Amino acid sequence: MTDVLLEPTQPQFARLVVRKARLPRWAPALTAVVALAAAALTGLSLGWSPVAIVVCAAAVHVVALPAWSRVVENGRAAVDRLATSLVWVSLAVALLPLVSLLQQVVARGAREVDGQFLTWSMRNVVGSGGGIYHAVVGTLLITLAAAAISVPLGLLSAIYLVEYGGTSRVASGLRFLVDVMTGIPSIVVGLFAYATFALLLGPGIHLGIGGAVALSLLMVPIVVRSAEEMLKLVPAELREASYALGVPKWRTIWHVVLPAARSGILTGVTLAIARVVGETAPLLIIAGATDSVNTNLFSGQMESLPVFIYYSYTQPGLHPEHAQGHAWGAALVLIAIVVLLNLAARLLGRLPALRSHRRR
Amino acid sequence: MAKGIEVTDLDIYYGDFLAVEGVSMRIPARSVTALIGPSGCGKSTFLRSLNRMHEVVPGARVRGTVTVDGQSLYDASVDPVEVRRQIGMVFQRPNPFPTMSVHDNVLAGLRLNNRRIPRTEADDVVERALRGAHLWEEVKDRLGKPGKDLSGGQQQRLCIARAIAVQPQVLLMDEPCSALDPISTSAIESLIEDLKRDYTIVIVTHNMQQAARVSQETAFFNLAGAGRAGRLVEMNPTHRVFSSPDSPDTEAYVSGRFG
Repeated sequence: MTDVLLEPTQPQFARLVVRKARLPRWAPALTAVVALAAAALTGLSLGWSPVAIVVCAAAVHVVALPAWSRVVENGRAAVDRLATSLVWVSLAVALLPLVSLLQQVVARGAREVDGQFLTWSMRNVVGSGGGIYHAVVGTLLITLAAAAISVPLGLLSAIYLVEYGGTSRVASGLRFLVDVMTGIPSIVVGLFAYATFALLLGPGIHLGIGGAVALSLLMVPIVVRSAEEMLKLVPAELREASYALGVPKWRTIWHVVLPAARSGILTGVTLAIARVVGETAPLLIIAGATDSVNTNLFSGQMESLPVFIYYSYTQPGLHPEHAQGHAWGAALVLIAIVVLLNLAARLLGRLPALRSHRRR
Repeated sequence: MAKGIEVTDLDIYYGDFLAVEGVSMRIPARSVTALIGPSGCGKSTFLRSLNRMHEVVPGARVRGTVTVDGQSLYDASVDPVEVRRQIGMVFQRPNPFPTMSVHDNVLAGLRLNNRRIPRTEADDVVERALRGAHLWEEVKDRLGKPGKDLSGGQQQRLCIARAIAVQPQVLLMDEPCSALDPISTSAIESLIEDLKRDYTIVIVTHNMQQAARVSQETAFFNLAGAGRAGRLVEMNPTHRVFSSPDSPDTEAYVSGRFG
């Protein structure tokens, strides 16, 4: 029998290691540049297209950076580098068509847009000259009328869904139908509007208001969905605070809930307008096409920018070079309108919800 | 002007779920009645049934009677909106209207009910309500600022000012201090002390010292058992509830042995 001697031992702590080998901050940029240079050298000598060179460079970068990282850093860091590179490459791939489209439209459209282009119609114009005033007026009128129809409808539906319907069967059914409506092809909407007006007013009918009805069918589901989300964000405590003051439900909705959700709803409406302002198919069918200015939604054919672009490009007539120039110019104006609407939506979303109270 | 409340055999349901069962009590006018009890025992539900806020929740309903000044609140001919104008409420979390200034928040009860008020009268109402809520001195120079810019304790007093601006008979308070720091809490408690001269006050609180400090009557609620409905165990003058309660359950709760 031997006694087990317990020796006083020093506790052994592992050294706290937080410093590890890292690639320098500029490593991703360096691999990108090197990959691009290598791809360009190979590509130019073999006569590749620029697209192939860029794709090749992206592939080299996505492989090289993680490999370098695997050697210097560790496995986890390499996976991180791989994921980061893929994210960046995806972003670039997604942005490329957009940037190239904008560049093309600006390059070809900008030289067309001048005072005459914006203030003249195409009435009795053959060849050069003329403008898109009639199409701009038509687009603005039709879109405004579409908004006038769909904003009240959509907003009231959203109020029903959030404030009254809740989880009831009617509300769920309505939500489902709204979702289905979001996916209806615009050509079908145009045919529906045409059929409706043809039944009411006789066949062969072309009316601006018909285009507005068709566009509003596309707008309503977007307005309903965005307004519903915004109304849901208004805290229930605000509604209760209002009820507790003896305020009826409709006044609570009008004076408390809607103001609290105002900026979000306005943003949704603006985005819905931006979404339909470029619709071509329904307007082609029901609003028609004309070379003259028509400011009456309820009588006669009405030109719109998308339809103008479509006809100028597909049926350029005797002077295709002028007609196609017009199409590019109109495309630039249309894009400018959409960009302005999106900027407006951002500004509206940023507005403070407070209705300021002025003191003396 | 302030009225007492008589509650008889009140059962409160959420859909088919019986939340509170068989409550009968008499809430005296111009005094503070505290409702205490463990979480989930139905104090807040009971409080909300006193001004028909309960039925804002879909499927919620009650059986039994609540009588104020001889009128049964749940009669078919009674308009719940009218009830809430007479019986105001202050919530657990301060909830001033974010789109309105301090000034407009106080006037919200009047304005939202579409009463046109001349400028000078409106300013009088605002000053009276804010003074009543012990907030005037702190905010008189920034009445045009958003109500949300005030501190939590000030927001809660703003909510009280908003509630008393419509001159209700009764003020219901659902844990008005649970989201506030001790200094704001003591400000609200001294305010309650003043308000009870003019209003009948019913306050739900988790803080037993608070119940003991501010109330004249205390009602103790408890669950009849796990998953069962809440019920009123006893209601007595506050000093008696905290010194020699009738029920051993109350004794156990107020002495901290459970809950």
